[in-house]
Amino acid sequence: MDVQLKVRRQNPEAEGEPYWKEYALAVPNHFTLLDALIQVREEVDETLSLRCSCRSHICGSCGMRVNGHANLACKTKLSDLHTDTVTVEPMGNMPVIKDLVVDLEPFWKKLYSIDPYLQPAGEVPEREYVVPADSMLHLDGVVNCIMCGACVSDCESLSVNPIFIGPTAFAKEYRFVMDPRDAADTQRLMQMNGPGGVWDCTHCFKCVEVCPKDVAPMDRIMAMRKMLVDDGVAEKHNGARRQKAFTDIVGHYGRLDETRYLMKSVTMLELAGYAKVGLRSMTHGKLPPLLPHRIPDAARIRRIFERTRSTYRRRFKLHQQAQEGSRV
Amino acid sequence: MIYKHDVLVVGAGLAGMRAAIEAHNQGVDVAIVSKVYPVRSHSNAAQGGINAALGEGDTWESHGYDTVKGSDYLGDQDAIEILAREAPAAVLELEHWGVNFSRDETGHLGTRNFGGASQARTFFVADITGQALLQVMFEQLVRVGVRMYNEWFVTRLIESEGVVRGIVGMDIRSGQLHAIQANAVVLATGGMGRVFEPSTNALINTGDGMAIAYRAGARLMDMEMMQYHPTTLKGSGALLTEGARGEGAYLLNSEGDRFMKKYAPNKLELASRDVVSRAEQTEINEGRGIENCVLLDCRHLGKDLIMRKLGQIHELALELAGVDIVQEPVPVRPGFHYPMGGIKTDVDGKTTLDGLYAAGECACVSIHGGNRLGANSLLDTVIFGRRAGAAASEHSRALPSPADSFPLGETALQQETERIRALLDRPSVGELAAKVRWDMGVNMVKHCGVFREAGGLTEMGDLLHSLQDRATRVHVGDKGRVFNTNLTSVLELQFMLDLAVAVQVTALTRTESRGAHTRTDYPERDDEHWLKHIQLQYRPEGPEIHFTPVTMTRWEPQVRSY
Repeated sequence: MDVQLKVRRQNPEAEGEPYWKEYALAVPNHFTLLDALIQVREEVDETLSLRCSCRSHICGSCGMRVNGHANLACKTKLSDLHTDTVTVEPMGNMPVIKDLVVDLEPFWKKLYSIDPYLQPAGEVPEREYVVPADSMLHLDGVVNCIMCGACVSDCESLSVNPIFIGPTAFAKEYRFVMDPRDAADTQRLMQMNGPGGVWDCTHCFKCVEVCPKDVAPMDRIMAMRKMLVDDGVAEKHNGARRQKAFTDIVGHYGRLDETRYLMKSVTMLELAGYAKVGLRSMTHGKLPPLLPHRIPDAARIRRIFERTRSTYRRRFKLHQQAQEGSRV
Repeated sequence: MIYKHDVLVVGAGLAGMRAAIEAHNQGVDVAIVSKVYPVRSHSNAAQGGINAALGEGDTWESHGYDTVKGSDYLGDQDAIEILAREAPAAVLELEHWGVNFSRDETGHLGTRNFGGASQARTFFVADITGQALLQVMFEQLVRVGVRMYNEWFVTRLIESEGVVRGIVGMDIRSGQLHAIQANAVVLATGGMGRVFEPSTNALINTGDGMAIAYRAGARLMDMEMMQYHPTTLKGSGALLTEGARGEGAYLLNSEGDRFMKKYAPNKLELASRDVVSRAEQTEINEGRGIENCVLLDCRHLGKDLIMRKLGQIHELALELAGVDIVQEPVPVRPGFHYPMGGIKTDVDGKTTLDGLYAAGECACVSIHGGNRLGANSLLDTVIFGRRAGAAASEHSRALPSPADSFPLGETALQQETERIRALLDRPSVGELAAKVRWDMGVNMVKHCGVFREAGGLTEMGDLLHSLQDRATRVHVGDKGRVFNTNLTSVLELQFMLDLAVAVQVTALTRTESRGAHTRTDYPERDDEHWLKHIQLQYRPEGPEIHFTPVTMTRWEPQVRSY
């Protein structure tokens, strides 16, 4: 089949701006994007730089953006793309070194920042740690992470918030928090409750969508938020308070009451900081009404919330039971 | 720049990282240099598991015997005893460090069956065992804080009169060459699969460590022993774990027959790899294959087991061959996988050069002999990686630190800088490195494959001469310095050609059939003449051949049947 590759290129030595270069190839139907790029590099244009190694989705080298979304080139079958031109760009949220090669040093630094190693407590047993089979099996899903950087590339939060620790490192963190052998849960939870922590995730699902190994980093982040709330660690955190205030208010009145929302989600001290904004809003006629708008039939909303909560509780309980097994 | 460390480890797969961690624990200043980021190393491709006699009723003697038998009595038994004895502690250490090994219902470590083993002694994490181990080893490397030189390409050893004191390497990111002086160098650079086409190996597996050690004067051993894995995917050649057969999958020929009952009536699909690959190739050669393949049938295992324990190969077969192994059998064939041979070392990783150590796939202790058992390679990396790290540290401690008195770093760096400049200065027309490699690879599979004979091997020898000649005219089209993968591919080609010659020469020399080396013109094993290793010493005019006896301790050679 014929394929047109449109590759974003950049050469720091030539000090030029990034530019697009197109390559027209005739390739067999089973070709992956990586096969095609290797063909370009070997036969057409040796100056094209990319990282690649295993060719079977296990080493994580060939992360790049394909038609706008991060993926592994070796996992992208050209015939599945259904586009005449395939756009290939370096991964996002990381500086480009050359062509499709990005600087991963910040990526690794964030990983190191979470103390990414098992921290057991007590004597090392003579034999193995005895732990429920399911708890180890549960970790497989995260151990599957090959650190390719696809999730970090497309993370919406990171693009505006560089201190966010990010989806890869948090998936790794989850792996330790859920490991019954790890005894550092408290420090880990405290850290992820802090600046750049799990509350900085904007819930955009991008990492779940692009992960080539189905690690679902955002789901792990949400599970850890839940732990923070359940363990009481999150009480002092704005993110958690806001989340609770939002659901309480909407659940009761049927719509958001901004004044009440503010009062419920910040401390008195923090509230003082809003005084200026409040005054300015008032003078510009933008202050939300002090008494909430009532919507007709708010009782129905409350019923919806109640029903959703009980379903969720039931589901969460099952989920928790499964994990209790693993958290010992 | 010239950097200095007590011990320098080259390669950050399992063996290299284990060596570095050990050196750190021994209190020396250690650094690790790697062509790729550690977690990209090819250890992650090991799917099936890691062997240890840990279970009730299992003994290290049984593991040792299975390994000796698997090696077709070419493995050195003193080394195999160490492997089998130290295995339980090595696996437990990995578990304590965080590997989420599969458990049985009681929460204890669970095992699966594997080829050539008389007991289920393979510990595993689904079918991503290598990856799980590599991640944990990297975590430990980060924990202890070993200095890493990542994405550095090592071009040669700093060596003089049989003494090694460092490396010259290129920081791929800047293209600059640097020297790292060290009292001891541990090579752990992994395999050489790219010498063959196709192979299960990653693109980085170009035998760099073996080649630079060989050129520096270290001996290679058992280079005729090249493992072809029985179940590699039709088309891409990707690896489908032996764990599939361990879990009960069948091999079928075009007549729907479980043909292994003819070749290995007791162990069937779980005979050792050389036996199964030979059987498959015989079926294919005799017309009972399907488009040069046989079939791996997992259907009767059921969807649940497949998804739980063989998820990765399910994904690979689906993505790369469009076959859902839950629904239909998948076409497989023998594919190049693993060299049993490598840099000759003793049981502490010491090579024939002073200050040079090697461990893992690039080394040859020899524990695998004529044929490596599945799930013994991960074990090899952690056990001999640790031992090499310890021995290198000890060696370093006996020397003034760190190699200050050794003036060769500067000279070697200068020479390499000149050599690389000359490569870049070659005209932009000429041979393509990729084309020369391809011609080498397909012909190596053809002539140094599952079956070999004198005619083909001699032809290969001539071909390698002409390929070496062509390689001198290979051009480097990318003249830049930053991340120049064109340049590294040309350097790798030179490494691989040296190793291809080593394989061809030893395969022609060994006039018998043993383990993975099957000569159709010498079909029998010949213990009287060939219970010995072939070692090679690099000479500009061609390899110099030496023979050394196999070390026997407690297991006498017997007829080998499965």
